[in-house]
Amino acid sequence: MTSTIKGGVDCDVHPAVPHLTSLLPYLNDYWRDQVTTRGMTDLISQSYPPNSPISSRPDWRPAKGKPGSSLADMKAQALDPFGVSYAICNPLFGVQMVFSEDMADAFCGALNDWLVKEWLDRDSRLRGSIVIPVQSVEKSVAEIERCAQDKRFVQVLMLVMGDMPLGKRAYWPIYAAAERLGLPIGVHAGSNYHNPPTSVGWGSYHIEDYVAQAQAFQTQLTSLIVEGVFARHPNLKMVMLESGFTWLPAYLWRLHKFWRGIRMETPWVDRAPLEIVRSNIRFSLQPIDAPPDPETLNRLFDHMQSDELLLFSTDYPHWQFDGDAALPEGISSDLVRKIMIDNPYATYSRLMLPMVKETTA
Amino acid sequence: MNVQFRSKPEPGSSAQAKAAIADCDIHPARKTPQELFPYLAKRWHSHLETYGKHPYQGMMDGPPYPKAQPNASRRDAYPPDGGQQGSSLSFMQQQHLDPNNVVLGVLCPLNTGQGIRNQDLSAALATAINDWQIAEWTGKDSRLKGSIVVANEDGPAAAAEIRKRAGDKNFVQVLLLSRNVEPLGQRRYWPIYQAAEEAGLPVGVHAFGFGGNPITASGWPSFYIEEMVGHSQCQQTALASMVLEGVFERHPKLKMIMIEAGFGWAPSLSWRLDKNWERLRSEVPHVKRPPSEYIREHIYWTTQPMEDPERRDHLFQVIEWVGWDKLLFATDYPHWDYDEPSRVLPPGASEANREAFYLNNALKLYGLA
Repeated sequence: MTSTIKGGVDCDVHPAVPHLTSLLPYLNDYWRDQVTTRGMTDLISQSYPPNSPISSRPDWRPAKGKPGSSLADMKAQALDPFGVSYAICNPLFGVQMVFSEDMADAFCGALNDWLVKEWLDRDSRLRGSIVIPVQSVEKSVAEIERCAQDKRFVQVLMLVMGDMPLGKRAYWPIYAAAERLGLPIGVHAGSNYHNPPTSVGWGSYHIEDYVAQAQAFQTQLTSLIVEGVFARHPNLKMVMLESGFTWLPAYLWRLHKFWRGIRMETPWVDRAPLEIVRSNIRFSLQPIDAPPDPETLNRLFDHMQSDELLLFSTDYPHWQFDGDAALPEGISSDLVRKIMIDNPYATYSRLMLPMVKETTA
Repeated sequence: MNVQFRSKPEPGSSAQAKAAIADCDIHPARKTPQELFPYLAKRWHSHLETYGKHPYQGMMDGPPYPKAQPNASRRDAYPPDGGQQGSSLSFMQQQHLDPNNVVLGVLCPLNTGQGIRNQDLSAALATAINDWQIAEWTGKDSRLKGSIVVANEDGPAAAAEIRKRAGDKNFVQVLLLSRNVEPLGQRRYWPIYQAAEEAGLPVGVHAFGFGGNPITASGWPSFYIEEMVGHSQCQQTALASMVLEGVFERHPKLKMIMIEAGFGWAPSLSWRLDKNWERLRSEVPHVKRPPSEYIREHIYWTTQPMEDPERRDHLFQVIEWVGWDKLLFATDYPHWDYDEPSRVLPPGASEANREAFYLNNALKLYGLA
């Protein structure tokens, strides 16, 4: 087994909101009344049914409540055993699914405030992602600017399946704000289900939705690259979270081939897609969609042609690996250090802020 | 081989020195829409002229994303006697089949009656295009073999068309497109697989098509290149659907061909399916084996557009994962992203693998060996 090293950054952990009513203290009177008067149900996304095997490792599943809803469990099961200096919290509460941008805005604000009070304030290793009401770019920018004042927010969080492809120009003010404030955009698996969850329609099964996340990441990367997001925002980093990464080489071969053939359509894409990925795109380590033999995996790393793309993640409490095997078998100690420490720090500039060092000294 | 192939090229032709190849994705076109009318009941002639095909997309005439070239085809492929690229058999022979020593060419007609909303019209067009293939192509050049085009959204009508053509040596496969109203594993398509298995015909799934669903899970993108690249994601999802709905469990003899969608993604998709099947198999008890096993056993891949990594060893490693016995060479003639036969496979493959890749896999799969 490849051992983790101390001082790493876990770039994808999922604290769970116990219930929509947990957000009531963080909502204003109007929205508190809306939630209670209308009898609103909990915002559980079917991307992660709480009882699904992938939503929690069997030995991480709490006796009651949602997986990931206990800070004590997260400490004992992830933060302590993997010896991380920081863990980045990516809440997957289903606030993006609602269709009213006003409601989404209220819930996102409450969720971000809840994260600060219930998690970030209670363990100095925790850092947060700003969840935004993506349907309204204006409100999203305002929420980013509001939360970014707290330096413990290190990233903006979006879902891989939303209303529009992520490269669309309408979203660019979000990217401008993130770049200006030193925040990468994290794109996490999951859908707001405003479009069918696959590009060929609605499948029958939960497993289809989950497998299809990888294809959604591929189409989003195409959109981000060919629309020119990184020509406009060269310093913006985007992190694909829980995306898988073994699809990346073959995907880039194809994109590169078509870019060579029809780049006249998008002349602002002035660098090869692979170069853009190397400079601006990162991937969380889990899940590793590959057989467990080191030879295959090392070939795949070789096909990726860079050791700077991967960021350590446990995807806690989701079930991606067993025991302590957060890192794959047979990778070099240099690569372990890159994945666990160097790459995350190079991506999340806010982890290096002086305030951060003081609070964790 | 149990079929008559033109074994010798014309004297003096450059093909003499070239090894025989199979081209498993050739697109024959009609010079005009009216070219199909002799094969189509009169009732539909005025219908088409009045209402058009009424497809699952907005444009009356033409693709939703403008192609990079007229008809997405090579500019040098216009026949000298007029008509669009791919519409002249003699020019196809002269420009492609003869000089490249194509001994088997599999026709995949596009822009037919698939992906349209009127199912009676879809079925009528499918029958017409199949009769047209025999009359204008396979009946005139024994190297060419047709695809049974079916009304893809109407399972019973599609199955009837397949049964009608079963045993007809003009056809070597059933043709579907990757993008349909629902993912291809869904029950509405099961009669197609049943009929194809009974007829002993593989089902080719060509990238493209219209089913009304946005080509990404986040809606419609902006550019043609996104549609082009996106076909491979559509194909991945369509294949996942077929595996997870148990199509191959129910049809153990069914073979399918992924046409023009790449194959480099197959290993990663297979690994992802296997990993999640281990976790979630209680949801899909009808999927009895690891998904990668169904894919390895049942799926063939045409090569164009060929995976093109910077390093040759990367290509060969991916082919090892997919299987040298599962690749079918294709050029996509006359489309603009045509793969030139002599340059597709880099040096380094064994002679047996090279022959399998360019010819023998196809002859075996299509029952022509």
